[in-house]
Amino acid sequence: MTLTNFRYGDVIHRCFRCGYCKFPINWMDVNNCPAYARFRMETYSCGGRLWLTRAWLEGEIEWSDHLADILYSCTACKNCEVKCPLSFNIDILNMMIAAKSEMVERGEIPSAAKEFLENIQRQGNPYGTSREKRDEWMEGTGIEAYQGQEYLYYVGCVGSYDTRGQETARLLGKVLQKAGVSFGVLGNDENCDGNEVRNLGEETLFEMLAEDNVAQFQGLGVQKIVTLSPHSYNAMKNDYPGFNGVFDVLHYTQLLQELIRNGGLDVSGGYNAKVTYHDPCFLGRWNEEYDAPRAILRAIPGVQFVEMARNRNGALCCGGGGGNFYLDLLGGSEDSPARRRVREACETGANVLAVACPNCLTMLEDAVKAEGLENKLTVRDISEIVGEACVIK
Amino acid sequence: MDPIYQALVDIVGQEHVSNQPEELFIYSYDLGTTEPHRPDYAVTPRSTEEIQEIVKLANREKVPVVPLGGGLSLAGLAVPFRGGIALDLKRMDSILEVNEKARYAVVECGVSQGQLTSYLERNYPHLTHSEPGAPPTATIAGNVAIHGQGDLAQPYGFNSDMVNGLEIVLPTGEVCKFGSCSIGSGWFTQHPLPDVGLFLGWSGTTGIITKVSIRLFPSKKIRGVGQFVVEDEELVPEIMYKLTHTQMTEDIVAFSQAVPPFASGLQHFTINIAADSEKELEFKQEIIWDDTLGEYIRSGAGGFLGFRSGLQRPQVSKTSDWRKGGGFEYVGSIMPVDTYPECYRRGREISERHDIPYTVLGRCVGTAHAMMFSWTYAFNRADPETVRQAREALHETDDLVLELGGTIWKPGLYGQKLVMERLDPNTLNLMKKIKQMLDPNGIMNPGNWEVS
Repeated sequence: MTLTNFRYGDVIHRCFRCGYCKFPINWMDVNNCPAYARFRMETYSCGGRLWLTRAWLEGEIEWSDHLADILYSCTACKNCEVKCPLSFNIDILNMMIAAKSEMVERGEIPSAAKEFLENIQRQGNPYGTSREKRDEWMEGTGIEAYQGQEYLYYVGCVGSYDTRGQETARLLGKVLQKAGVSFGVLGNDENCDGNEVRNLGEETLFEMLAEDNVAQFQGLGVQKIVTLSPHSYNAMKNDYPGFNGVFDVLHYTQLLQELIRNGGLDVSGGYNAKVTYHDPCFLGRWNEEYDAPRAILRAIPGVQFVEMARNRNGALCCGGGGGNFYLDLLGGSEDSPARRRVREACETGANVLAVACPNCLTMLEDAVKAEGLENKLTVRDISEIVGEACVIK
Repeated sequence: MDPIYQALVDIVGQEHVSNQPEELFIYSYDLGTTEPHRPDYAVTPRSTEEIQEIVKLANREKVPVVPLGGGLSLAGLAVPFRGGIALDLKRMDSILEVNEKARYAVVECGVSQGQLTSYLERNYPHLTHSEPGAPPTATIAGNVAIHGQGDLAQPYGFNSDMVNGLEIVLPTGEVCKFGSCSIGSGWFTQHPLPDVGLFLGWSGTTGIITKVSIRLFPSKKIRGVGQFVVEDEELVPEIMYKLTHTQMTEDIVAFSQAVPPFASGLQHFTINIAADSEKELEFKQEIIWDDTLGEYIRSGAGGFLGFRSGLQRPQVSKTSDWRKGGGFEYVGSIMPVDTYPECYRRGREISERHDIPYTVLGRCVGTAHAMMFSWTYAFNRADPETVRQAREALHETDDLVLELGGTIWKPGLYGQKLVMERLDPNTLNLMKKIKQMLDPNGIMNPGNWEVS
């Protein structure tokens, strides 16, 4: 492919590299692009990536492993889109995904990304663990298979396979049970939602996953979906309608907020802690849901809520998006976004960092260990905090 | 293994040095029309000590060093014309001190304008600094190094006049401090020590600024922008003089531009006013709009377009998209205020000759002792012909500045040549001697301010 054939060939040169995309909303830090924060070379800034993509498509530079790493270090956090003052800002991330698609087509992607995609193709999850083990998280919970209940509880890959993710998946299931929500799960029949596949540029695989999932959901008569992960929520809410899959999709924090508000969920057991909240990109910037998680935390007796300096659409990404919770292109340094983020959480004086995404949970929990902050800060998913407030053992 | 690369890795660590094509490509480019030149290495140091070691290495190996701040001068001042080390200073981004009583901030050289603005708003809302119109990624140190101006230029002058002290790594690797900090006192004044003003305006050819003490000023609780317009450009200087006479404005900018077409030919003013109370604001508004500009409004020569609370800082990068092309560059100049009408007319002619929508702007500096007047030329980065047109227009404008009796602000190589052709021979000779003494191996940002 040349620049002429590139889907955004008539736009990509319009980035001036002014650098607004590096900032959160209040300019407090030039490190709100996670890849730039990690490496601090201009190549890793949003503008740098766009200029490199154009140079690559124009033949000014050759493809290299390094170039692929630079492009795949983009976590698709959307900070750049939110901050760019120019009219083409809605295409910035699409340009990055299109560039990755071109690399996918040429078979020239980072080896970890290749492995990620192959695992999903083979086993329906990025870890490569057997499809037959997808339902192990629900052992002993009494959670039923989906058979026409009001909600399909879609757990996602991290909730199904990651040890920490499994804990939150179980706990959310118990909370929903306690609230008397009619729901069921797909167990081993659940497949990857494809959100990260799309962001890694594997459009064909994403289309296949979306079509299969939509067909499966429709075959089962699913109308309402509640997701554990904001990544699943994003794909099902925004992308699946393009595959005739129109469902009433909720992130679990939206459902819990409503349950608490209407008295369907009793959180009077309370949770005594000073809590700050990290906005997941696919709930926050991608879907502008900033209030539901905060409303839940504020509704729980004993929670002393404090904001981090960077919050809502100015929040720093944990570095796990765009498949980077698996690719780990941004890890290994005190400048890793997750480590920066937990230090910022600590500065608030909070002893609990609440999250609403299993990817963020694993990324930030690892960062707490790497920073040696285990005695000061605990990372908890909101489902766990609600679980405790509901006195679920 | 390249021994220079290895030595750089030893100094800053592997992650902060690159000789890979991707970094060399990115650091070869300025954002304006200057042709790219590839460095041999891109390095992002974190400390003064690391910079010292890099400079010593560069002297041993006779390798150029090109310091880079926000990279937003647009005049090609940080293009590695002769290769060498592109020294990206933005990792040195700590705000080291804010002294409320003596009203200054000491920052490392990579601290951005936006970072300091936000820090002061959150921690010292009663203090502010003079923020330039550049994107907030522009650095404090880079801005003073090029004699920038900001939104307090009208009362207080150039940002480089607000420097209380500097820490410099000399081209030979020694660290020097200037101002009261050099005798162990606080960083509160540059005076009355012997003036060694060798580092501002030299485009990084005499040393690398590693720390700056910059003056802070009272920040009133209400800051807002009033807008005023006249059709006759001849009225602009007298309006500027009258406004400065009130001593009630923070920033006075006049501008005219071809986009949008209905406003083409009009001269717009943005006038920043600050107050601590509604009463004070009302008083100042009355003095400015009624007593000072009322005569123009009543005669129909001018119009008041409204006042908006809150500083909406200009997003100048939007200019880059006027031709949907991602590029613009401007010639800045320091001119007498009374040249505004001629600057406007002649600049518009240049733009129209090169088929570029015109944009001109004059910012009052130091109670109208001068103005920074700029002519901006947008281009399409994907269309080499428009880049060429813009470059020609820029060169013609450099010539125009000197013809009209001004000085070019942060000139690129073409403008530097014009300036040096006109410089007093003894001054030029002194520059040469200074340069030879400070940088015997000629490693610092070669190509810039080279006296033959």
